[in-house]
Amino acid sequence: MSQAPTRETARRVFATEFNDATYTFKESDDERAPVYALLPTGERANRVFFVGTLTETEDVGDDGEYWRGRVVDPTGTFFVYAGQYQPDAAGFLREAEPPVYVAVVGKPRTFETDDGEVNVSVRPESITPVDAATRDRWVVETAEQTLDRVAAFDDEDAAVDEYVRMATEEYELPPENYRTETISALESLEEAAEASP
Amino acid sequence: MTESDLRQHAEDVHEQFDDHIDVTVEEIHERLQTLVDEYRVPVDEARRSVTSTYLDEADIDREDLGGGGGSNDHVGVGEIDEPERWVDVTVTVVELWDPRSDSVGQVGLIGDETGTIKFTKWAKSDLAELSEGESYHLQNVVSDEYEGQYSVKLNSTTIIETVDEDIEVGDDSTTVEGALVDIQSGSGLIKRCPEEDCTRVLQNGRCSEHGEGEGEFDLRIKAVVDDGETAHEVIFDQEATEAVTGLTLGEAKEMAMDALDTEVVADEIRGDLLGQYYRVEGPTFGRYVLADDVELLDEPADAESVLIKARSM
Repeated sequence: MSQAPTRETARRVFATEFNDATYTFKESDDERAPVYALLPTGERANRVFFVGTLTETEDVGDDGEYWRGRVVDPTGTFFVYAGQYQPDAAGFLREAEPPVYVAVVGKPRTFETDDGEVNVSVRPESITPVDAATRDRWVVETAEQTLDRVAAFDDEDAAVDEYVRMATEEYELPPENYRTETISALESLEEAAEASP
Repeated sequence: MTESDLRQHAEDVHEQFDDHIDVTVEEIHERLQTLVDEYRVPVDEARRSVTSTYLDEADIDREDLGGGGGSNDHVGVGEIDEPERWVDVTVTVVELWDPRSDSVGQVGLIGDETGTIKFTKWAKSDLAELSEGESYHLQNVVSDEYEGQYSVKLNSTTIIETVDEDIEVGDDSTTVEGALVDIQSGSGLIKRCPEEDCTRVLQNGRCSEHGEGEGEFDLRIKAVVDDGETAHEVIFDQEATEAVTGLTLGEAKEMAMDALDTEVVADEIRGDLLGQYYRVEGPTFGRYVLADDVELLDEPADAESVLIKARSM
């Protein structure tokens, strides 16, 4: 069988939880080992997949083009940055006419601001336009997977899960917060459904 | 390794060759002992080496050798997960294919409730013909592996018995559902080697086996469908690619011709498929799922049941 490393799964996480994932780590000393962001609900993420509304794009580069896109989900905003090494994604952001629903596959990145705050952003592998049904499907799927993580975190056996333990050590962010966010995300879908004819 | 283990191996080998050559258990045991004790060869390797010697002497192929050591396990074909294992199976012949070589008597697909597997029957084995749709008990067949796919080979020691009951063939296809998160290189409009029986994809106009060639156009997609738990690699052949993209091979060729670049086809496919949700059904081949049936998941998602669950936690 192939010895190729298995591809990293794209985690489903709402913007609020993603932006709280300020702690990153590697699992080996190898320079090329994957970097993981630690989700506060006790899971590691080397890749994420999300769908939201691209509301704004801006070229924030000094020398070359460096595009920032704001992608909004029912809980908050993902910040997506694409430069010369992400030509397709940068090209998309350059041409895009917000607002538009987009699906993004990308890697979590963190950077420290001058005042010592850690910001979490996304380096996109792809950005593609999608429709509202796909956005709604993502919200429901992400709600399910967030709830699964919250349930696993609260489980009595959770003490043995290394990422749950890591989250307990690194953060003071009760997973209950994300259950509350999940409920309001789902309610926003329900309200939209009731409002439409 | 105890003395009695070595003797058991010697007896097994003796049993395998008993019909073919005149050799005693003692002689075999001595050979094994020399390799294991004097040359520190692991016992499995020693047995393999000794077996090879007698195969040469008897002028027979390893495949024609019986399993030895008494009766085989009776297994489901879906459970076969290692090469060179002697087993018995009870199967229905699902499909017979045209043999590509004179040395092959019959080749095709057999199956039982655990799945399906390819079989090969050598021409020189002189066995009874198998018929499509019939069920058989096949005693003493040996497993083989090629690129992660298993098959079984029938040989001159195989015993074929017709069975009256119909062996039902299980479905070994899998279903994966999730977001299409990547379209890998080698997707879109590709060229394949035109040599007979060679379907390798040309890299820069070259086949790794047959060198430079014109090549024949084909359409395919190597994609990743990710459900948040696992990333599944999925291959769409021409038919599946045309179905999911609405783009025919002819149209793809025209697009590439207009752009003077085949890459435009892959770019077009990326724009259409990335970020969409799909349900893909098909058999698995190594680590790939071969897309037989593809459905775009665009019906409204059911938020209510998840909401009920979230509130009750």
